[in-house]
Amino acid sequence: MNPHNLPGWATNLLLPILNLVSAMLVAGVVIYALGESPIESLGILVNSAFLNPEGLGYTLFYATTFIFTGLAVAFALHAGLFNIGGEGQMYIGGLGMALVVLNMDAAWSPWLVIPLAILMSTLFGAAWAFLPGYLQAKRGSHIVVTTIMFNFIASSLMNYIIVSLLIPVGQQSTSSRQFAEATWLPRLNEWLPVLGQTPVNISFVLALAALGLYALVMWRTSWGYGVSTVGLNPHAAHYAGISIKGTIIGVMAVSGALAGMAAVNSQMGSSHNLGLNFTAGAGFIGIAVALMGRNHPIGILLSAVLFGGLIQGGFDLSLEKSNIPPETFVFIQGLIILFCGAMENLYAPALSALLNSYKKRSAV
Amino acid sequence: MDDIQLSSIFVAMVRSAPVLIFAALGGLFAERSGIVDISLEGKILASAFASACVAYATQNPWFGVLAGIAVSCLLALLHGFVCIQQRGNQLVSGMAINISVSGLTFVLAQFFFQQGGRTPPLDEGRFQALNIPGSQAVADVPVLGWLLRELLGGHTILVYLAFLAVPLVHWVVNHTRFGLRLRAVGDNPHAADTAGISVAGTRYLALLVGGVLCGLSGAYLAIVQTGFFLADMSAGNGFLALAALVFGSWRAVHTTLGCLMFAFFSALQIQLEGVVLPGIGKVPGSLIQMIPYIVTVIILAGFMAKSVAPKAIGVPFVKSR
Repeated sequence: MNPHNLPGWATNLLLPILNLVSAMLVAGVVIYALGESPIESLGILVNSAFLNPEGLGYTLFYATTFIFTGLAVAFALHAGLFNIGGEGQMYIGGLGMALVVLNMDAAWSPWLVIPLAILMSTLFGAAWAFLPGYLQAKRGSHIVVTTIMFNFIASSLMNYIIVSLLIPVGQQSTSSRQFAEATWLPRLNEWLPVLGQTPVNISFVLALAALGLYALVMWRTSWGYGVSTVGLNPHAAHYAGISIKGTIIGVMAVSGALAGMAAVNSQMGSSHNLGLNFTAGAGFIGIAVALMGRNHPIGILLSAVLFGGLIQGGFDLSLEKSNIPPETFVFIQGLIILFCGAMENLYAPALSALLNSYKKRSAV
Repeated sequence: MDDIQLSSIFVAMVRSAPVLIFAALGGLFAERSGIVDISLEGKILASAFASACVAYATQNPWFGVLAGIAVSCLLALLHGFVCIQQRGNQLVSGMAINISVSGLTFVLAQFFFQQGGRTPPLDEGRFQALNIPGSQAVADVPVLGWLLRELLGGHTILVYLAFLAVPLVHWVVNHTRFGLRLRAVGDNPHAADTAGISVAGTRYLALLVGGVLCGLSGAYLAIVQTGFFLADMSAGNGFLALAALVFGSWRAVHTTLGCLMFAFFSALQIQLEGVVLPGIGKVPGSLIQMIPYIVTVIILAGFMAKSVAPKAIGVPFVKSR
């Protein structure tokens, strides 16, 4: 796995940081070309994303969604599956959640509606990812192309469902009616008033629990071990008696369930309805989060917070600097995926040479 | 549905297919060489932006096309650097290119023109439609007039180039030395390497040819179809082109048929919007939009036909010692 014989801290910490800095340097050049100061922009960004409590609240709110979509991608990657379908799975998960809330919020207790809605979001997400998983395992169709197709199908389907069926008569905006207030997820500022009026809610706690559960499953259960084995060497897994087809289908279902759960944060925690295109690319950001976090729970947490900060700080920066629209951060996301994901070993040969020469010198 | 509607669907199909045909043929070169190319979408978008900007600035569509091809080739080289030199994950590289381009083109369009991420209309920077000689004379003949004036004639030069590219690509891939090497490298790079073929060189060349074709696709989209650049105007065409490749089993003629099918459905969707069909009622456009994707999934699963991918696709080549 590591052809350059680098120590663990260099592979897991130093290389991602070097790659991240490279991506930021390119972004800085673009910001400079737009006629703004990169240093000043970075200052505004960091300040509004992390240093003031209200900004941090928003950062954590965005990060919650990215933890779920990041986990979805990371879990599938363990089995060697590249799930590009997080976007569609999250979208359909939002449908499952909304169907429960819209049908039950008037008559039933929120103690029943909220858990059921979360459960349905995972079930719908799992079902939407089960199909590509099943088709790959049983029919040999490639997961990447199928999940891309399923993203488009989900987008068209949701377009139809929301525009034709869910918009209340006479409403202008393209979204379902508001959920009853009792089913809104409790916000963390009820306990931590310092967070101010920010939408970060208890699904952040759920996301942390999901991270813990992910670590537990991957490192402490035989199923998690089997998943990694299938990813690393399917032949060995086959001889060890692990069902490859069953693992692929199961992993995709769990991955879809995680992506589906991402819908809970923004829909039940903040907007309180089912809106058109509410996913806003979170499924794709999940790919960046998983790659940068190197599939490690702590890495995923840190990179989800980083991407949350980029979104929050980016909004504020675009308000202050008209030359830097929020789309700049779509570009920066792409750069981070490029440097941290596709060119992850860009600096490995140089770093390895550097460390070796240092070792030789200290040995003399 | 009466004939007039169906005929205008076919005309719309011919007008929108070149975007898919160029991109799919471009993807065909990359993927036949063993490199997964999901960056088609990004290359189309980048080329659309560059060609719209240059065509607007110079008021000459040919300069626009050249600029589109140049930018698309640069992205192809970047993809090549990551996939061939760095042996990085080809899917991730493609995703990264798509996302970066989507953000950067909006930012630059906004910076240059301040019109919400679009360029001004190109006016003189567009191609003139070409008419088939003699088509005016038969304009009043029922079928022949429509055929010569609307279906076959009255298009810009890029449309003819797209349909001309199909037999050309078929010939290059199947009957030339480069085509043979391309397929060898895509199916068994180690054998090709042993036979003295440069795997990296062939793959770079394939990506560059793909870059030229994607450049034409984006230029067609911006200069011919709309006449301006709009943020994210590629709108999934790159992924549809990819689906057409799967549909056509990575063969030029079959892939083009897939492109025509997708173009037909998108024309059908626009035509049927709001139309009440006898016995069925109103069919929502978003449901018709799903048909090509569902057909692709069915083909992928081998229920209609089996699609055979190049054998070494997606695997970085490491020279064996």
